[in-house]
Amino acid sequence: MRTAITPLQLLEPKTLVTALKMLRNDGPLTPLAGCTDLYVGLNFGTLPAKRYLDLSRLGPLRRIRMEAETLVIGATATYTDIIGSRHVRRRIPMLVSAAREVGGPQIQNRGTLGGNIANGSPAGDTLPVLAAAEAVVALESVDGLRKVPFTGFYTGYRTSVMRPDELIVAIEIPVIDGAQWFRKVGTRAAQAISKVVMAAVRASRPRVALGSVAATVVRLPRTEAALAGGAGMAEAQRVLMDEIHPIDDVRSTAEYRKQVSANLLARFWAETG
Amino acid sequence: MSVVGHSVPRKDGAAKVGGTAKYVDDITMPGMLYGRTIRATIPSGRITSIRFDFDTTGFTIVDHRDIPGRNVVALIADDQPCLVEREVRHVAEAVVLLAHQDREKLLQANVVIEYQKTEPVFDPEFSPQVLKHLLIEKGKLSRGFAAADLVLEGVYRTGHQEHVYIEPNGFIAVPEPGGGITVHGSLQCPFYVHKALTHLLGLPDDQVRVIQTEPGGGFGGKEEYPSLIAGHAALLALKAHRPVKIVYDRAEDMWATTKRHPSIVRHRTGVKQNGKLVAMEVEVILDGGAYVTLSPVVLSRGCIHAAGPYRCNHIRIDGRAMFTNTNPNGAFRGFGAPQTEFAVEAHLDRIAEVLGMDPVRLRALNALKPGDTTATGQTLGSDCSALMVLKEAAKRSGWSRKRKAWKGTNRGIGLALFYHGSGFTGAGEVRLASKCSLATTADGVRILVASTEIGQGTRTMHAQIVADTLGVPYDLVEVAVPDTAGVPDSGPTVASRTCMVVGRILERCAQEMKAQLAGLDPAEHYRRHGPMIITKQYEPPPGIVWDEEHYVGDAYATYSWGCDVAEVALDPDTYEVKTTKMTLVHEFGRPIHPVLSRGQIEGGTAQGVGFATLEQVVMREGAMLNAQLTNYTIPTTLDTPRMDTIMLENHYPYGPFGAKGVGEIPMDGPAPAIVNAMRHLGLDVREVPAMPERLMAASRSLMANPATSRLP
Amino acid sequence: MSHQPSAMSLVRFTLNGAVVDITAHPLKRLLDVLREECGLTGTKEGCGEGECGACTVLVNGEPVCACLVPFAHARDAEVLTIEGLHGDHPLQRAFVLEGGAQCGICTPGMILAALVLGENPPIEKLRAGLAGNLCRCTGYEAIYRSVATAWNDGDVAAKRRGAGAGA
Repeated sequence: MRTAITPLQLLEPKTLVTALKMLRNDGPLTPLAGCTDLYVGLNFGTLPAKRYLDLSRLGPLRRIRMEAETLVIGATATYTDIIGSRHVRRRIPMLVSAAREVGGPQIQNRGTLGGNIANGSPAGDTLPVLAAAEAVVALESVDGLRKVPFTGFYTGYRTSVMRPDELIVAIEIPVIDGAQWFRKVGTRAAQAISKVVMAAVRASRPRVALGSVAATVVRLPRTEAALAGGAGMAEAQRVLMDEIHPIDDVRSTAEYRKQVSANLLARFWAETG
Repeated sequence: MSVVGHSVPRKDGAAKVGGTAKYVDDITMPGMLYGRTIRATIPSGRITSIRFDFDTTGFTIVDHRDIPGRNVVALIADDQPCLVEREVRHVAEAVVLLAHQDREKLLQANVVIEYQKTEPVFDPEFSPQVLKHLLIEKGKLSRGFAAADLVLEGVYRTGHQEHVYIEPNGFIAVPEPGGGITVHGSLQCPFYVHKALTHLLGLPDDQVRVIQTEPGGGFGGKEEYPSLIAGHAALLALKAHRPVKIVYDRAEDMWATTKRHPSIVRHRTGVKQNGKLVAMEVEVILDGGAYVTLSPVVLSRGCIHAAGPYRCNHIRIDGRAMFTNTNPNGAFRGFGAPQTEFAVEAHLDRIAEVLGMDPVRLRALNALKPGDTTATGQTLGSDCSALMVLKEAAKRSGWSRKRKAWKGTNRGIGLALFYHGSGFTGAGEVRLASKCSLATTADGVRILVASTEIGQGTRTMHAQIVADTLGVPYDLVEVAVPDTAGVPDSGPTVASRTCMVVGRILERCAQEMKAQLAGLDPAEHYRRHGPMIITKQYEPPPGIVWDEEHYVGDAYATYSWGCDVAEVALDPDTYEVKTTKMTLVHEFGRPIHPVLSRGQIEGGTAQGVGFATLEQVVMREGAMLNAQLTNYTIPTTLDTPRMDTIMLENHYPYGPFGAKGVGEIPMDGPAPAIVNAMRHLGLDVREVPAMPERLMAASRSLMANPATSRLP
Repeated sequence: MSHQPSAMSLVRFTLNGAVVDITAHPLKRLLDVLREECGLTGTKEGCGEGECGACTVLVNGEPVCACLVPFAHARDAEVLTIEGLHGDHPLQRAFVLEGGAQCGICTPGMILAALVLGENPPIEKLRAGLAGNLCRCTGYEAIYRSVATAWNDGDVAAKRRGAGAGA
């Protein structure tokens, strides 16, 4: 059942500095941007927060730019922005593939990369891409900027190292050597939540990340080591199936997720070899 | 100019594309309150206390003690209460109603219900309570099996299916000065709601008025459930003395309303080595849910279709609907037939496999022909088209070539042959005794029927029939809004009857009006003589005989026929089977409006594709766990195969212009055709929805076998 | 800081080509503001979770689900609803003729989603572009036929007029 709106509060800063001050002095506040996840919670009455911080007026937060060799994607860049960005297409095509599979066009037009990270769903479509890319999350507060490796960002199911007075301002993508690969297995062909989602990079030390198989997006260090060490695919798949511990839920089963993850690993390897 | 057989612009088209058509949630009334339903959260038990954990000032609160008439939803059996008194039989059963003018206040109201739980029953096979039992017997089963060279058994299962009309259920009730009530809502059957309200409110017929708002889809989901929500809105409105609107959000609609009956169907079939069917023993079990609602008639239609469109002299069909502690399962396009025709068609392909016979040949050998008798002993006339659709589908789809070329690849092609009786079962139409009226107006004529437009094109198709029969332009025929105070009871908008049965009565109205007009046009007649109203009642076609007690005779006046061919591809990594193309060959008499008819076939097929591969209602402790569109996934554009649709004609002499029913039959074929295509690529599937998780084991062993693992 | 519910806020935006000033709670769904404050009920609610697309409107030329947009985000935006097409857009006429509309509840959103795909979209672009709009009646084939007909058969002047309103 829907949440009653009248008791809720929205703060609408026009600059980042004001937004950060509000987060520090007026908190706790839940930031909102594309609202494609947040409003589902409001409409289903599952969101307890009463106070919100609007990021939509912070124009610079939506920019996608190159800083030397680093690709910097503003936190409120939408999936449509990402799909349309020539920098993103050149540097990290697997992120474009992921962005194209988020919801339908309506969701891609509103949903943001920062929102996907902040929401922290283990099924978030872009998260394995960021994990495999060894992206860096730029967090800002009134104390200044700090950068956290994406692989160290989450501490558990929908929890992270981000403090309540911090805001995700950008995602930095370093240079990626090696072929990139992405595959989402959803509940249907479009507008789907992932049952398994994999992003991988065929570098000298291969990088493999999976979503929807644990409480957070995960990298698979043991599987990666097996691949790097020249293990055969059957062996690498065994390692992978031992390394992940998915669960049964309303969308799929643990057994399916394990087996399909192993299949995707083989497909990644075959297609990038 | 003749309009029957031509795709004239639909009557409601401009309002729908312009956004001006008024659905129930688009309507507000002065002083209107919003209503909310407080529901049980356990599947079985007794209520021990109800606490209102909010400031009740300004709220109207209704419970069962406020019901002025009988606390029942009057339908077949009066066992379902409108509001729980003490005993809870399923999750989401309505207990208390609240209304307030401020929706926000309503959302914040917290009602705490405490229970004493009892042990629920969820498995229909283990339910101690039979809701309905029926038996169809033809010939002598033991004699049939004695003649068989081979006996094959199998169990086939189908799951719940949610309607997902895009507009959730909703009603507005308006108290009338004299103590009566008017309700406006999204519904298929105005007189079902009317009957339910007169019982619930203890009001005479003329004090209850039911008016249809534009419904945003129905598919059976707005056949019986609206009686409940209309009752709730009416109780609140009568107590508050103000109009009350109740519109469900999607989660409540999915959590609280009816679904398609899950089924378990067991087949034991005797065949000769040459493929001839000699004995068919079928056991049908339907999960009826917590109350009777429409389950007896769903079971009836399901059982009558359970032997498929095949000739066999020895048949026994034993059907039971069982009580369980879930929401009552209800009407959904096809009404039991999609479940039983799935089973028989999947079973037939297993027989073909065992015999090493092509599935088309097996069906051609056994398909019903004119002069043959069905399971109920009905002798079919020249309007039987099973072979016609089968041959055309095989030819059109390139069956033989693809069947051979794809053998051993990850692609498959499969088909299903099916039929669907038009109109109410057995003596149902005679009992309904539907009436229709046609009136002259200052501009032309007005159709007065209770049949509702739910997207299928009722208004347009009825207007075409009247225009051509009367010889007046289509634009001069208007269609009255279904309003129980203004239209006769032409029966519910269900059972593929709106064109063939109601359309036929209208055709007779128009024939008589034409005779009485004596050459004048209707508007001219109206000017000279005032309004003329012609009313006609249903008359059964000649020669129809039905024995309700023994289930013998003419179960339906006629049948429509279909053959679907599905082409599928298995993804070896994910075990997803994607349906890439469907060839749909249907024969349903004369298509009155080809565009609308085609829309029925394609739309029903998409629902069938969802039923087959995507749509899984996850139940936990008797409640739908995935009651949101994110997790109950219906087909999007990218999940729906491209369709090649062919409409063949074999006219039915007692339908208007030769028409039969087309509303439900498209739902019968897709699931078995898709599952049979899976069998062609090597997957033994006997249950839908065939989710990838269920196909994993079979797919893995298939791909582990090098002989069958090559990809094209 | 103590929590204070937001006051109603006045937001100016362009609605179907006209500048409007509307007052509502900043977190009220744009869908509800359009239907209640603006009286435009052509935008429908099917799910409240951005899955069905029945509430699709164009904001600054892009389709979005109005059930997932806070009213505050309408500030200074150009919003186009089905009413802004005035009923005579070629897509609207084609949806009537080709059976693209059955029950009609998905139709306004479907037409707006189709509008941004431009003239004569190739079938795969059309299918992907409409993947965010669920239709339970048609199986989509009639919708594809409607879109194809719209751009190949119809009065060019009306077509240009409608496309202009959408831009």
